[in-house]
Amino acid sequence: MALANYKYKDMIHRCFRCGYCKFPGDWIDVNSCPAYARFRLESYSTGGRLWLIRAWLNNEIDWTERLAKIVYSCTECRNCVERCPIGFSGDIVDMVIAARGEMVERGSIPSAVKDFLENIQRQGNPYGNARIKRGEWVEGTGIKKYEGQEFLYYVGCVGSYDTRAKETAKTLGEVLLKAGVSFGVLGNEENCDGNEVSKLGEESLFQLLAEENIQKFKDLGVKKIVTLSPHSYNAIRNDYPKFDGSFEVFHYTQLLRDLIKGGMLDVSGGFNTRVTYHDPCFLGRWNKEYDAPREVLNTIPGIELLEMERNRGDALCCGGGGGNFYTDFLGGSEDSPARIRIREAYATGASIVAVACPNCMTMLEDAVKAEGLEERLKIRDISEIVGEACLVKRAE
Amino acid sequence: MDSIYKSLAEIVGEGYVSSQPEELYIYSKDLGTTEPRRPDYAVAPKTTEEVQQIVELANREKIPIVPLGGGLSLAGLAVPLRGGIVLDIKRMDRIIEVNEKARYVLVECGVSQGQLFSYLERHHPSLRHSEPGAPPQATIAGNIAIHGQGDLAQVYGFNSDMVNGLEVVLPTGEVCKIGSCSISSGWFTLHPLPDLGLFFGWAGTTGIITKLSLRLFPSKKIRDVEQFVVEDAELVPEIVYKITHTEMAEDIVAWSQAVPAAVSGLHQVNILMTADSEKELEFKKGLFWDDILGEYIRNGDGGFVGLTPALKASLVQRPQITTTLAADFKKGGGFEYVGAIMPVETYPECYRRGAEISSRHNIPYTVLGRVIGRSHAMMFSWTYAFNRADPESIRQAKEALHESDDLALELGGTIWKPGVYGQKLVMERMEPNTLKLMKKIKELLDPNGIMNPGNWEVM
Repeated sequence: MALANYKYKDMIHRCFRCGYCKFPGDWIDVNSCPAYARFRLESYSTGGRLWLIRAWLNNEIDWTERLAKIVYSCTECRNCVERCPIGFSGDIVDMVIAARGEMVERGSIPSAVKDFLENIQRQGNPYGNARIKRGEWVEGTGIKKYEGQEFLYYVGCVGSYDTRAKETAKTLGEVLLKAGVSFGVLGNEENCDGNEVSKLGEESLFQLLAEENIQKFKDLGVKKIVTLSPHSYNAIRNDYPKFDGSFEVFHYTQLLRDLIKGGMLDVSGGFNTRVTYHDPCFLGRWNKEYDAPREVLNTIPGIELLEMERNRGDALCCGGGGGNFYTDFLGGSEDSPARIRIREAYATGASIVAVACPNCMTMLEDAVKAEGLEERLKIRDISEIVGEACLVKRAE
Repeated sequence: MDSIYKSLAEIVGEGYVSSQPEELYIYSKDLGTTEPRRPDYAVAPKTTEEVQQIVELANREKIPIVPLGGGLSLAGLAVPLRGGIVLDIKRMDRIIEVNEKARYVLVECGVSQGQLFSYLERHHPSLRHSEPGAPPQATIAGNIAIHGQGDLAQVYGFNSDMVNGLEVVLPTGEVCKIGSCSISSGWFTLHPLPDLGLFFGWAGTTGIITKLSLRLFPSKKIRDVEQFVVEDAELVPEIVYKITHTEMAEDIVAWSQAVPAAVSGLHQVNILMTADSEKELEFKKGLFWDDILGEYIRNGDGGFVGLTPALKASLVQRPQITTTLAADFKKGGGFEYVGAIMPVETYPECYRRGAEISSRHNIPYTVLGRVIGRSHAMMFSWTYAFNRADPESIRQAKEALHESDDLALELGGTIWKPGVYGQKLVMERMEPNTLKLMKKIKELLDPNGIMNPGNWEVM
């Protein structure tokens, strides 16, 4: 019986379905679970999902495409982990990932997820775009290939291929150049970090990607890595050590904070506007880094930093995790988490939403358009805000 | 796609109706030991008008409707015993109005305990509601509909005594307002209009509450709790009686449990009090300790329990987390309890017999009595944790629950929010004309028998 082989067979039944997983820390709304916010049926809440996983593995219900979508609609934002009062809370998201692993083994996954994984396997990115185009974003920047510099600047798939995210990849690189940081990029040699692959349950592919990346980094003598994306940060920092890949890993906001503090980056050019910051899940709840991005923003003259009602550990996920920036299982409604988040951002009175993740950038920019707020609210990566403040780049 | 599904999709939108196996599985389940029963549809309406249209459809098609709020009755009251439509009302979650001067809040039926608590803390910190200690997902309306009690029970009674008005959709589809809201725009009183209180304690068989006006009460700046312990259960009723005489306590809860072993057989009385100043707090504490409890201490009959700051904080926190933690006692994800409304004087017997039932079913006993009114009654609960992965554990808990249902009535009480088993016990003992009246009311309001059938079925 499948349940007997399931990694969490001894604990998945412990979910009481009390519903704490739907809430933020102050209970103000049940829409802090992105999937439940979107669909508002109990099957899409964390508790509902866990009960369905158990029922499927226990042969009480059959696998269906819909069941798979329910399981894959979790963005792994970890709000449930933070809120669940039961002793197994730390393993909740891992239980969902393990269930995905069971589906992957059976070849029973949604077609969009299949495409995502196959594209990574074939071309090293979920879009299926050619590997040889991965490094094109560097053109015209002066950013060099990695050849033993102090930092490897690891860009990630979204930053390398998504039109909007490529701008942030460029801007960050130019900011680092301005600060005199010794760094290089892998360009076309960069491959997917595998964070989403792991979270989608394809552990074998993740191991392959991780081991290949680790070997490449070691062969190049990489010691320090700075990432554009918190997803890359999470995988390289927390999962690569399991495969003997230990590096000193920074999310770029941590490095910028230190550069500004250390006087290597002059942000006196300022950025005169009201800004609100959206905590990305893989930097925030996954890695407990809530301060570095705020410290960067607070050092820039002219910024009035306004917090959304739900911030830090209570931040509402943009809905882009778990590959959803590609599979889009949570889109198509005014109750999509990204649109809820944009409405929250707009309510602060800010005219800029600062992000520190290319996935969040993608999701929230689409949401701004869907909400009809293009003239009143802009999404800017922190690298772009810093870029303007240090006169690398003027924002449009 | 069947015509009923199509009609439901037209009413609420395709995304908020399902007849898929996943939803039918989830909505068949209660969190306790009640056997699951599958609905035919799960629907999540957003407005009263949508609810009304669904009820009209259900009448035309003669299909049952089962309203579902937080699903935390732990008595199977939202399990669709005869299939049909489970109406998940949690999308109806607007807090419509807070009237500070008249101290009430008007909410839609899907507003959760957590949501209201948080909203009042942020926007109306001088006001609070009687918080029932359920997980924050529990709905205000659902708790009222089952005659819940909260942390203001000792002062103001059942939560259902705190209602100023209702909007309901009758089983025949009419939308009806009850209370002052039926003649004006104010939702500030239920009385003195003719009593139309037909929607509490009926397990949703008489209609669907879509809006509710709830009384709010002063929220004081300081919350504190003291705990007194006695060995002799016989002393608990008189202690409670004396404390309630002062009219200075808020929540009074007497409890006893087998785990940890150090407290087994002892009886704790938690006295929660609030105040706007230290002076007020000390005055109240003086009344309890010097004037009442001191005598028991001097006689060697009881003692003061020193609570660490962390423990105190956990006891006064709102919403309370301790209820949910009971589900993990056996690392089993489940618990269920029989709550009974009992005379306070029955506490010793409730405890003794409850401990015996627990012992026979290999479940460490957990009993609790929350005082309602000035010792007018108490909600006494016998709690049985079970392991969801162990059918024998579930069977034992179920047997213990049924025995506790029997016990409550044997000791002269009545079962709070009874499931079908408890409902039958109550109806067997009920005065015949009262039973006939219940039948008349149900038949009048629900001639097609569509509202949560299987519950309160008078033969």
